[in-house]
Amino acid sequence: MSIKGKAYIAGIYEHPTRKADDKSLAQLHAESAKGALDDAGLTRADVDGYFCAGDAPGLGPLSMADYMGLRLRHMDSTDSGGSSYIIHVGHAAEAIAAGKCSVALITLAGRPRSEGQATGTAPRATGGGAPDTQFENPYGPATANMYAMCAMRHMHQYGTTSEQLAWIKVAASHHAQHNPHAMLRDVVTVEDVVNSPMIADPLHRLDCCVISDGGGAIIVASPEVAGSLKRPKIKILGAGEAPKHQMAGRVDLTYSGAVWSGPAAFAEAGVRPADIKYASIYDSFTITVLMQIEDLGFCEKGQGGRFVSDGNLISGTGKLPFNTDGGGLCNNHPANRGGLTKVVEAVRQLRGEAHPAVQVKNCDLAIAHGTGGSLGTRHGAATVIMERE
Amino acid sequence: MANEERKIQAPQPNPETKAFWDAAAAGRLMIGRCTACSQVHYYPRAICPYCLSDKTELQQASGSGTIYTYSVMRRAPIPYAIAYVTLQEGVSMMTNIVDCDLDKIKIGQAVRLVFKPSEGGPPVPMFTPV
Repeated sequence: MSIKGKAYIAGIYEHPTRKADDKSLAQLHAESAKGALDDAGLTRADVDGYFCAGDAPGLGPLSMADYMGLRLRHMDSTDSGGSSYIIHVGHAAEAIAAGKCSVALITLAGRPRSEGQATGTAPRATGGGAPDTQFENPYGPATANMYAMCAMRHMHQYGTTSEQLAWIKVAASHHAQHNPHAMLRDVVTVEDVVNSPMIADPLHRLDCCVISDGGGAIIVASPEVAGSLKRPKIKILGAGEAPKHQMAGRVDLTYSGAVWSGPAAFAEAGVRPADIKYASIYDSFTITVLMQIEDLGFCEKGQGGRFVSDGNLISGTGKLPFNTDGGGLCNNHPANRGGLTKVVEAVRQLRGEAHPAVQVKNCDLAIAHGTGGSLGTRHGAATVIMERE
Repeated sequence: MANEERKIQAPQPNPETKAFWDAAAAGRLMIGRCTACSQVHYYPRAICPYCLSDKTELQQASGSGTIYTYSVMRRAPIPYAIAYVTLQEGVSMMTNIVDCDLDKIKIGQAVRLVFKPSEGGPPVPMFTPV
């Protein structure tokens, strides 16, 4: 069975807050849910499936169903870190195809900025009992230095340069200047990036995403429900997901799980990378984007540095316009999890509702891809391909 | 080189990993080996990640390896180098590169095992350039 054409993205919402001192976590989830339902033209009573991940408070779907007064017949709290919500889109389509629900709500929210988290540079607490913790935490794994080790190896093996990585941030900044909600709206140059302070060699400050509060939500609906709404119909064509880990010590940091999730999604969708008009690519760091672009098949392995250079990711000039909202590098990274906003911007592009300065012409086919967890240890890759009907 | 040493978080051994950390306390680095399928693995575990057999044992590593990749964390009170080192036995492990000029670390560099004390726990295996 395939999910192709079995479900549609009917509603999207990106919470405008970037610092939510005056709001609770549950409140941000619920405000995001309301925003997506309003966007779709649906109400709370229409929701019969709910999806959330580790950022949701308490017992996830139970706590949030309670808070929002949801009556559900399907729930899913798959957690793969920041890519969870891209997985949720695929799972929601599966559930709808199987008749388990007809209107699926996916929410994300978090307050790492209000809570003062040193998100990228301090070792993160991992879940109790994780078997790897005692073999890793003594060495000071943060987020930045894990991705930095991937970049260092990529440079060694393929000759990738800091200047090439910088082009990814430059492209994101060109897009962010048009987004009034973006945290960083100044256009930057390659020199700005490589001259910014070193965080974890070889990643500079401007190679790293922002730390922001925020949230968002997505409504996935059955063809019947989607057909009854007054919004453009965004059809889900294919999805893929895969974990990648240390492979029992056969560590290879040159590729991501996108080598598995990508081909699965493309095969299900029946399209090729060359067909894609717009790409939302998870951008926790510049290296994240570069590796995923290679692994999704937009260029040969090892050629990502050349591919992203000279504005090739900038809408209007480049061959692969990406993250036209400014992405995690400039716009936001709510809850330290950027997967949901990747889907949101892809849907805006497909609807023709992106900012006019960055709207891709005739954008009828888009991809959203994410990496959750850590590229340097274990992560969950997730891909979804969508089409404007 | 900083005179002050970075504080190293103590590993929390559990019943599955106590023997590994007891060996570390005695100055030995162990890797996992499965007697059912003969594969070696790291981190060591009771259930083989290749065949799910419980016929696993600890095998002492030579302590020689090469740097697969590394990064120097600059945004820390005391900068430090995190790395994956590929052991002579073929498995790679997360570790720190210590007792050296952090600016001269290179991928492919030969390193040897040293142990560093942790904060109230067993000593932790790290590596220094040969």
